Amino acid sequence: MSELRITRRTVLGGFGAAAVTAILPRGGRVLAQEGEPLKIAFVYVGPIGDLGWTWAHDQGRLAIEEAFPNVETSYLESVPENPSDAERVIRDFAQKGNKIIFTTSFGYMDPTINVAKDFPDTVFIHISGYKTAENVGTGFGKIEEPRYVAGQIAGKMAATGQLGYVAAFPIPEVIRGINAFTLGVRSTNPEAVVKVVWTNTWFDPQKERQAAEALLDGGAEVIAQHQDTPGPMQAAQDRGKYGVGYNADMSSYAPEAVLTCPIWNWAAFYIPTVQAVIDGTWESSQYWGGWQDGVVDLSPIGPMVPEDVKAAAEAEIELFKKGEKTIFTIFSGPLKDQNGEERVAAGVEMTDQEILNMDWFVEGVEGEIPS
Amino acid sequence: MTEASAVVRWRERMPLRVERTLEPSLTVRILVPIVSIILALLTGAILILVSGENPIAVYRAMARGAFGDRYGVAETLVKAIPLLLTGLGVAIAFRMQLWNIGAEGQLYLGAIFATGTALFLFPDWPAVPLITAMILAGLIGGAVWGLIPGVLRAWTGANETIVSLMLNYVAILFSEYLVHGPWKNPQGFGFPGTEQFPEAAWLPRYGTYRVHLGLVFGLVAAVVLWVILRRTRWGYELAVTGENPRAARYAGMRTRRNIILVMALSGALAGLAGMSEVAGVGHQLQRNLSPGYGYTAIIVAWLGRLHPAGIVLVSFLLAALLVGGDQLQMGMGLPAAVAPMLQGTILFFLLGGEVLTRWRLARR
Repeated sequence: MSELRITRRTVLGGFGAAAVTAILPRGGRVLAQEGEPLKIAFVYVGPIGDLGWTWAHDQGRLAIEEAFPNVETSYLESVPENPSDAERVIRDFAQKGNKIIFTTSFGYMDPTINVAKDFPDTVFIHISGYKTAENVGTGFGKIEEPRYVAGQIAGKMAATGQLGYVAAFPIPEVIRGINAFTLGVRSTNPEAVVKVVWTNTWFDPQKERQAAEALLDGGAEVIAQHQDTPGPMQAAQDRGKYGVGYNADMSSYAPEAVLTCPIWNWAAFYIPTVQAVIDGTWESSQYWGGWQDGVVDLSPIGPMVPEDVKAAAEAEIELFKKGEKTIFTIFSGPLKDQNGEERVAAGVEMTDQEILNMDWFVEGVEGEIPS
Repeated sequence: MTEASAVVRWRERMPLRVERTLEPSLTVRILVPIVSIILALLTGAILILVSGENPIAVYRAMARGAFGDRYGVAETLVKAIPLLLTGLGVAIAFRMQLWNIGAEGQLYLGAIFATGTALFLFPDWPAVPLITAMILAGLIGGAVWGLIPGVLRAWTGANETIVSLMLNYVAILFSEYLVHGPWKNPQGFGFPGTEQFPEAAWLPRYGTYRVHLGLVFGLVAAVVLWVILRRTRWGYELAVTGENPRAARYAGMRTRRNIILVMALSGALAGLAGMSEVAGVGHQLQRNLSPGYGYTAIIVAWLGRLHPAGIVLVSFLLAALLVGGDQLQMGMGLPAAVAPMLQGTILFFLLGGEVLTRWRLARR
C-alpha cells in the first residue's frame, strides 16, 4: 500500500512540480520536522564497503539521519557514470519524492543538471563538479590542506628522499593533490622527489597495488595515493615501507605502514546543507570547504612517526584548523614547475580558478601529465 | 589403474549419455524457457528471503521500476537500444561461427567517429544531413574495427576471438586518450569529456522521455537482418559456411569474402549502437560510455537464439531486468549486490534451459 502512495505522489511530483513552485516560495514549503519525513537520497559511485570515497559519503548520510529526527534517507551504490544509467537513477530518486539528492561523483554532473531542470522543487547537490543551476549546488573540499601536512610527515620518513604517488586520473583534482603533497614533502625534505604513476582507475585494488609495487621497486620509501582502495598501502606494508592513504583511515589494512591519511568528513557540509533546506534558506552555491570547516581532516598519525615529527605536524594542523594557513598558503609563490620555470612569483597567491584548473606539476614531481 | 581408464570404466557403467537433439520439439522450445524462468524466480526468492525481504514485494518493485509507468518503459527502451544493436551485430557473426567478441570496441569506434563528425567535420550542418552523416560515420567506425579481425582471420587465419577482444582495449583506451587529450572540452576545467554536440546532432526523443530514434535503428536493423538471413542467397551462404565451411567452399561460396563482409556488418551494427548512445543519450563523448553493452550483447544473441526477433525480445527483457534492479536498493534498501545476483541467477537458468533444449540424456 505504502508503495502505491509513493507512486501517486511521484506522479504529482513529476507533473505538478512546476505548479507547486509557482505557488510556494522556494524551499519555503512546510518541510516540517513533524509530519511527513524529509526524504533525502544519495547516488554513490562505488560500494559503501570500499572504506574509501563512498564509505566517507555514507558516513555523512548516517550523520544526517542521526542529526535530524524526521528525515528518511535512501541510496544506490555502484551507479555507473555513463549517461544512460546515472540520469535514470537520479531521476527515479527525484520522482520518488526525495527533496534533497546528493550525487557524489564527478561523472554525475551533466545527468544531475539534466534531471534538475525537470524538478525545480528538489535540491540537488553535486560533489566535485563545476556546473550549477538555481536548484543545483556543488560541494567539495580542500583536501590539499591535509595532503600538504601528510607530505611534511612523509618527507621526514623518506630517508633517501624517494617517494611514490599512485595517481588516479590526470584531472586537476588529482594533479593539485600531487602538487600539495610534494610541496609538503619538500618543505621538510628539500631535495626529495615524488614519482607519479597513473592507474586511470578510482577503484581497482589489483591495479593500484601493482602500481605501488612498481614505485617501490624503483626505490620509493613512502607511497601516497588518490584511489579508493587500500591496495597501495598493503603493498607498502609488505615491503616494510610507509604509506599515506586517502579518503578514510586506512590504518586497519596496513597498520605498520600507514603514516596518516587525508580524510573526508562530509557531515560538516551535509548537515548545514540539510538544515538550510529545512529552514528555507538554502541557495545554490559552490561550496569549497577547508580544514577550518572540518570537511577535511587528517587521520591519527601512526605510532612509527617519531615524536618530534609528530609534534611539528600537529602544530601545523593547528594552524590550518584555525585558518591561519589555507590552501592559498600552500599554493603561494615562489612556485616553479617541474622544468624549473617559475610559475608563481614570490609573494603571489594562486587564485581559486588557477588552483581548480591546475594542469602542471610543481618542482620535485617526476612524471608526466598525459594530454 | 590409471585415472583415465577409471573414467572410461565409469562411463561404460553409466547407463545414460548426453546426446544432441537434432530438432527440439515445439513443446520443448516453449516449455523450457518458461520453466527456466519460474525456477530462476524461485531460486532468486530464496536469495531475497535470506536478505530478509519479501520476494513478492521485491519482484513487484522490480517490475514496477521497469514497466510500472511510461517513464519506466521508456527507460527500459533506452537501455534496450544498445543491447539490441550490439546483440544483432554479434549474432550475425555467430551465425557464421565467427566469434566476434569485439562489439564493445566496435561500439566505441562508432561513437568516436560519430563524435568527430558532429564536433569537428560538420558542426554547422542542419539536423537531417548531420544526423545522416553521423549514422554513416558510426557504421563506418564500427565496420573498420570489425574488419581488422575479419581480414586477419580471412587471410592469415588469425583467431578472430582473440583479435577482436584485444581491440576492445585499444578502442576504449583510444577513446580515453581523446577525451583526456585533444578532444577535451576547453571549457571543461580540465575534466575529461568532449564539449556538448550542437543540438542538430541530437537524436529526436519521444516527448519528454529519453527514448530516442536509436530504437528505430535497432528495429529496422532487426528487420533487415531477418530479410538477409531468410530471403537472400547471401544469408543462405552464411548459414552454410557456418555449419560446414568445407562444403561451402566446394559449393563455390567465397568464404574469405564472406568472413570479411560479415565482420564488417557485425562491427557496423555495434558502431551504430555507439553512435546512438552519444547522439541519443549523452550528447557528448565521455569516459565510461558503455557499461559493457558489447559483452552483454553476447548473452543477448545466445538467448535470442541468433534470431532477430528473439534478439529484439531478449534485449528488451534484459534491459528490464537491469533497470528494475535499481529498485532493490533504492526502494527496499537491499544490498546493491542482490540485483546482479538475481540477474545472474535468471541468466544461469535461462542458459541452462537453453542447453537442455539442444541436448538430452539418452539410455545407452
